[in-house]
Amino acid sequence: MCGIIGFIDRKKSRMDGSSIKAALSLMNERGSGDGAGYAAYGIYPEYADYYALHVFFDNLSEPKKKVDELLKQWGEIVHQEEIPTTPQPGIKKVHIPWRYFFKPSENLIAGRMASENDVVTYIVMEVNANVKGATIFSSGKNMGVFKASGWPEDVANFYRIEDYKGYIWLGHNRYPTNSPGWWGGAHPFNLLNWSVVHNGEITSYGTNQRYVEGYGYECTLFTDTEVVAYLFDLLGRQHGLSYEMVVKALAPPFWDDIDRMPGKEAELNKAIRLTYGSALMNGPFAIVVGTEDGIVGFTDRIKLRPLVVGENGNRLYISSEESAIRVLDPEVKNVYTPRAGEPIIGRFIE
Amino acid sequence: MTLGSVPPKFKVSIDRDQCMDCGRCIENCSYGVYRREGDKILTESRKCTGCLRCVAMCPRDAITLTEKPVDYRSHPLWTREVREDIIKQARSGKIILSGMGNARDLPVVYDRLLLDACQVTNPSIDPLREPMELRTYIGKKPSKLKFRKTESGDVELETKLAPNLKLNTPIMIGHMSFGAISLNSQLSMAKAVTELGTYMGTGEGGLHEALYPYQDHMIVQVASGRFGVNIDYLERGAAIEIKIGQGAKPGIGGHLPGEKVSEEVSKARMIPIGSDAISPAPHHDIYSIEDLVQLIRSLKEATEWKKPVFVKIAAVHNVAPIAAGIARSSADAVVIDGFRGGTGAAPKVFRDNVGIPIEVAIASVDQKLREQGVRNEISIIASGGIRTSADLAKSIALGADAVNIGTAALVALGCRVCGNCYRNLCPWGIATQRPELVSRLDPERGAVQVSNLIKGWTDELSELMGAAGINSIESLRGNRDRLRGYMLDEKMLNILDVLPAGA
Repeated sequence: MCGIIGFIDRKKSRMDGSSIKAALSLMNERGSGDGAGYAAYGIYPEYADYYALHVFFDNLSEPKKKVDELLKQWGEIVHQEEIPTTPQPGIKKVHIPWRYFFKPSENLIAGRMASENDVVTYIVMEVNANVKGATIFSSGKNMGVFKASGWPEDVANFYRIEDYKGYIWLGHNRYPTNSPGWWGGAHPFNLLNWSVVHNGEITSYGTNQRYVEGYGYECTLFTDTEVVAYLFDLLGRQHGLSYEMVVKALAPPFWDDIDRMPGKEAELNKAIRLTYGSALMNGPFAIVVGTEDGIVGFTDRIKLRPLVVGENGNRLYISSEESAIRVLDPEVKNVYTPRAGEPIIGRFIE
Repeated sequence: MTLGSVPPKFKVSIDRDQCMDCGRCIENCSYGVYRREGDKILTESRKCTGCLRCVAMCPRDAITLTEKPVDYRSHPLWTREVREDIIKQARSGKIILSGMGNARDLPVVYDRLLLDACQVTNPSIDPLREPMELRTYIGKKPSKLKFRKTESGDVELETKLAPNLKLNTPIMIGHMSFGAISLNSQLSMAKAVTELGTYMGTGEGGLHEALYPYQDHMIVQVASGRFGVNIDYLERGAAIEIKIGQGAKPGIGGHLPGEKVSEEVSKARMIPIGSDAISPAPHHDIYSIEDLVQLIRSLKEATEWKKPVFVKIAAVHNVAPIAAGIARSSADAVVIDGFRGGTGAAPKVFRDNVGIPIEVAIASVDQKLREQGVRNEISIIASGGIRTSADLAKSIALGADAVNIGTAALVALGCRVCGNCYRNLCPWGIATQRPELVSRLDPERGAVQVSNLIKGWTDELSELMGAAGINSIESLRGNRDRLRGYMLDEKMLNILDVLPAGA
């Protein structure tokens, strides 16, 4: 099951986490108390040019030493600290959440590492695949993911989510079926500025995984959602596709529909299906992706999971349930349910 | 003759109470098992191949066939087959010829792979009520797309697509030449693939005029003998396949016994009537990969870059790097033929001992192409022992784009897999050129049977995909996550990149 929420203020007016917590908790029937999480964009303005690396450490000796070494080898840590938490009766603190603000060294950006993003992607893959006792679960700029095993309100209180103010928020209330109890398996999943909340199960996971692994991504978090973040990074960042095109690749129109399209449009959709067939996501899903310039919501091609959209002025809400949107904004206008595969995109207005 | 005779392979007996003395068995048996003496039908069991034509045609079910009616002293090493082969060669001093595919009792990997289905956490999809997409494109695909904005602000595709074949179902019929099989067999299959929106191969035997109406669904073949190849032939095909090797006999060329080179076959192949058509083992203009590249480009140039060019290789030990080399050429698809692939005629020692299973070959080729970032450069067509829709589904889940069937299509035409294809006596009118035998196969009815088989498999594939919660063939392709190995050893699981059942 699972319940998801996406929020954006298109004029970047920031909102604290308390109402997201309330909205997510309203959907507790969609969860099981085994995982919840939040992603917030715009929360670290003082470190906006640095990558905020959120890490789960099993302890602060060996694993942290290795991560420190790796980061120092590749760049500069300008600040680091334990992420502030408040003990909750419903949460057993099995990891120590830590954050680094990090900048890759310009001297090392060469060859296969053509940009800062490539360096950070490499570090994330390296730590998650090879450093025992450490998992980087958030690696974007001026944004961060906060997640753990527990109910949404407990996770929110644990991380003091109301202390953060963001212009994009994602929330996820989890009913796990493939990796319960593990903090890394909670949503949102993140890589660079891509964060994903997902309700559903991706039946094409094996195909998608083989596809992204061919491009150097490593799926290490034992759950299918991880691959969505990598697909967005590959298609959206590396291949430079627009969000509309990415959604067309991940949840494309049926051939019968393509056959009825006018010439050029049909050719374009055919090209997407031929080129990105291995990126097509099958099975039931409703997904909201947070990006550096907005949010994107979409469902599978036959809409086997719910997704509702609401708008009010500069604010766009996407959620599994209308009731959750109404908790966020009782005055919400223009509430509707998008068609299967139809992208819902909220971008910042300059 | 100091060797004496070996025991007959089959014993044919007629239930005299049932027999109505109609003589259909005599008429139908092209191997001469039956004869009439006086008012009695007599049998000569030694000539029987087990083709079952007589049994199929007997109106009274009066005929019984018993395999191996005489026992040898059993021995685990010196099997009956080994002893008989030695006796045969002691007599003839020759290479033993055989037909159909590998006849050894080796484990079948397909049978040890299990498919997945959805329960509770995601819904299975009902193909009777929801769309189910099997459409498959075979050919080169870009690895990424480029778009440009027009002056009016519309987004336009900048990348140009290479020509691809569009298949309504990921099942094609492999290359079986006119010569190896009859014109009526080819016509049956050509009508079926045209109706279904898929393709078949001509084999290395040219394209008979009667097949011109179906040429848009036929893939023409250029093999080492170049039989039947001219510009007209190349231009007629929907695609061109360069045959380097085949699973039944990797490393050696084609072999059409002279008995099967009738007048029509001689015209289509451009060789003299009655002459053995033996293709060279290698292409004498391909001694390395760069030569293959040249041939591909020459064929493309000759056909104005309008047609996809496939390269067919036998699944040999080094199949993955070879396929990766082919992916770097201008080839659009690589056809991999596993060691169980059939044939009209092959030396038995090759048929039964050379090459590797197609399941393993698909897995290692797909893996290699992905590691090298060239998977989109080329389609993978798997063949060689695909018997059922389950084999088909598993092939695609391992990473194939489509499969070629051969023997299965012939069985749909009546073949009983007796393995005597090289003798030109096929009583089913399939692997023969004798007009009186060929006429036994009606192309109209044959087309219905072949098309029924492919439709049945296609429906079964749809159901399997739906049960797995997948509504598009792209999401089954390479989805090894939906396969589990059962009683396979760890090394094999690693090569297949499949988890064991229960994991």
